[in-house]
Amino acid sequence: MSQFLEISGLCAQIDADGQEKQILRGVDLSIPPGEVHVIMGPNGSGKSTLSYVLAGREDYEVTAGTATFHGQDLLAMEPEERAAAGLFLAFQSPIELPGVNNANFLRTAVNAVRRARGLEELDAVAFLKMAREAAKALSMAPDMLKRNVNVGFSGGEKKRNEVLQMTLLQPTFAILDETDSGLDVDALRIVAEGVNRLRAPTFSALVITHHQKLLDYLVPDRIHVMARGRIILSGGPELARQIDQEGYTKFLAEVA
Amino acid sequence: MNALSKDMSGPLALFANRLNTLTGAERQSAAGALARTGLPDRKVEAWRYTALRALGKQDYAAPPEQVDASTVRALLDGVLQAHPAMAALPRVVFVNGRHAPAFSALPDDVDLSFFAQDPAFGLQAAPDRDPLVALNTALAEDGLVLRVPAGADAGHVMLISLGVGGAEPLSFHPRHTVVVEKDAHLRLICVQAGQGVYFHNPVTDIRVEDGATLEHVTLQTEGDQAISLGTLYAHVGHQSVYDSFVLGLGGQLVRHEVHAHLAAPRGVVHVNGAQRLAGQQVGDITSVITHAASDCTSRQTVRNVLDGHARGVFQGKVLVERIAQKTDGYQMNQALLLSPDAEIDAKPELEIYADDVRCSHGATVGALDDDQLFYLRSRGIPEHEARQILIDAFLDEAVALVVDATAQTLCRSVLAARFAGRGEPS
Repeated sequence: MSQFLEISGLCAQIDADGQEKQILRGVDLSIPPGEVHVIMGPNGSGKSTLSYVLAGREDYEVTAGTATFHGQDLLAMEPEERAAAGLFLAFQSPIELPGVNNANFLRTAVNAVRRARGLEELDAVAFLKMAREAAKALSMAPDMLKRNVNVGFSGGEKKRNEVLQMTLLQPTFAILDETDSGLDVDALRIVAEGVNRLRAPTFSALVITHHQKLLDYLVPDRIHVMARGRIILSGGPELARQIDQEGYTKFLAEVA
Repeated sequence: MNALSKDMSGPLALFANRLNTLTGAERQSAAGALARTGLPDRKVEAWRYTALRALGKQDYAAPPEQVDASTVRALLDGVLQAHPAMAALPRVVFVNGRHAPAFSALPDDVDLSFFAQDPAFGLQAAPDRDPLVALNTALAEDGLVLRVPAGADAGHVMLISLGVGGAEPLSFHPRHTVVVEKDAHLRLICVQAGQGVYFHNPVTDIRVEDGATLEHVTLQTEGDQAISLGTLYAHVGHQSVYDSFVLGLGGQLVRHEVHAHLAAPRGVVHVNGAQRLAGQQVGDITSVITHAASDCTSRQTVRNVLDGHARGVFQGKVLVERIAQKTDGYQMNQALLLSPDAEIDAKPELEIYADDVRCSHGATVGALDDDQLFYLRSRGIPEHEARQILIDAFLDEAVALVVDATAQTLCRSVLAARFAGRGEPS
């Protein structure tokens, strides 16, 4: 067993209008430190559910399997404990927080995580300096720190704000759930650079995407294809290009 | 010669001794009206959601002549400590409904006198229609009479009302009058605070004359056992602005009732508010905004955060008279319920007789949003802190409507001091 991220036989269901709906049907996935892995797959295959279950969303009930992170039982931890342990989820649809100032939100999050990691909290001045630099590197307008979290942000601005949070929280494992969707080519490059800046022998990422384009900038180590709640196929970077050209149908037919 | 020797039943009996010994035509007439109607019970439509049972069974005495100065000082310090800016503002301090000159720091740029010197009841209050106004009219001893001269900018004035209850219940019924003359400007900050068992029953008569502006913020932080039932009348002239906000936090049973009258074209009225209540508290924000002239604007945004067994009441009526064409009216009441036992009773009402108006109203009620909570927690923010952030944000969207920066900061400081770190589920 690897000591980094290890998912084994993971099953999860959601209660939809009183009906239990099985979404994950035995996911096996192992991600070593320092690697970028990609999950592709048709809509409804369980990609986002996997990311939510790993981040600790309570709507999903894990019915079987395990997930460990640095050897710890991830599924037993609260969402905030997972964040403190180094896990970060960039949301596919970032949540708007009316009345919550973005800079205050970011500082509260950074200091909560620093506290949990045994580091000293940052004062307002030190934090703002750091946040402004990070925002600038993502080509974000300076006023985005002063606005309410994600309120009135364009799709691209929301995604950049996710990457800004990731940059500031310094995770060791990031899940990017379709962070590239809705981005133009320039924004895509900026977001990819944000991820690349975190790349290190101790940092891994799981990237959920439909498009080859992001992978031109991110250069993944492994590609996994997910369908019907399971990983049905894994391969090298060439697999993504093949899917981009041929679609999923062929792969789905092969495992059917 | 007493019209009142007949029996007084219900809660009114708690005041019978004092009502039976009144002199003066206006007081006797008010007491007579009270004797006919009694204090309202829940069969009276305007009091359907707020019961006066909380007044209890013991007689309410008039406040004693002497109040322990160190107790008053401690209460006043508690109020002024909310924010460093407060101690420097001019203030008029009332203790148990009577002016307390030793604790006041009177403003310079206004005409100031007191009801006790020259009792004048004003024209707007309607003792024959509203029993709590009648009770005030009958028993009022003192009150602030403040007049801002035409064209003057009087800056800030604080009206601080402190209640000091003792072993026996006591009640006080101050009668305040505020006139902002033509083209003048006043920023009035009212603070209510206290301790012990008392019943505060103020009536405030406000006139904002043509072209004048009154920004009025009320910090309602009455003592835990207090009952506070206040009625405010605001007469708004041509192109004048009455911009009000109430922050409701204290007391056992509190009602803040506003009657705003847009009497001439292009007047503006804001009756905004926020309340955060817990335990067994009841907080009632009631308003009647009357558009009696054309081209006027009224806005009302009220947000409620209710925890424990707390109950919030919102009654908001916008009355648009036939003459009031081009009225622009908006009313919204929103409630966040933090516990399954908390309750909000909302009754928004539009009554429109003009045909060319733009009016809307609405009400929402809900719990904290799970998506928002998860988003915050996924960023490492512990659950209780995440809840607190969302509660603060919900209220702050109402507090942000306070235009005056000093008053807005005060509201935020008072909230922060009272609720820091209290996001835990109850």
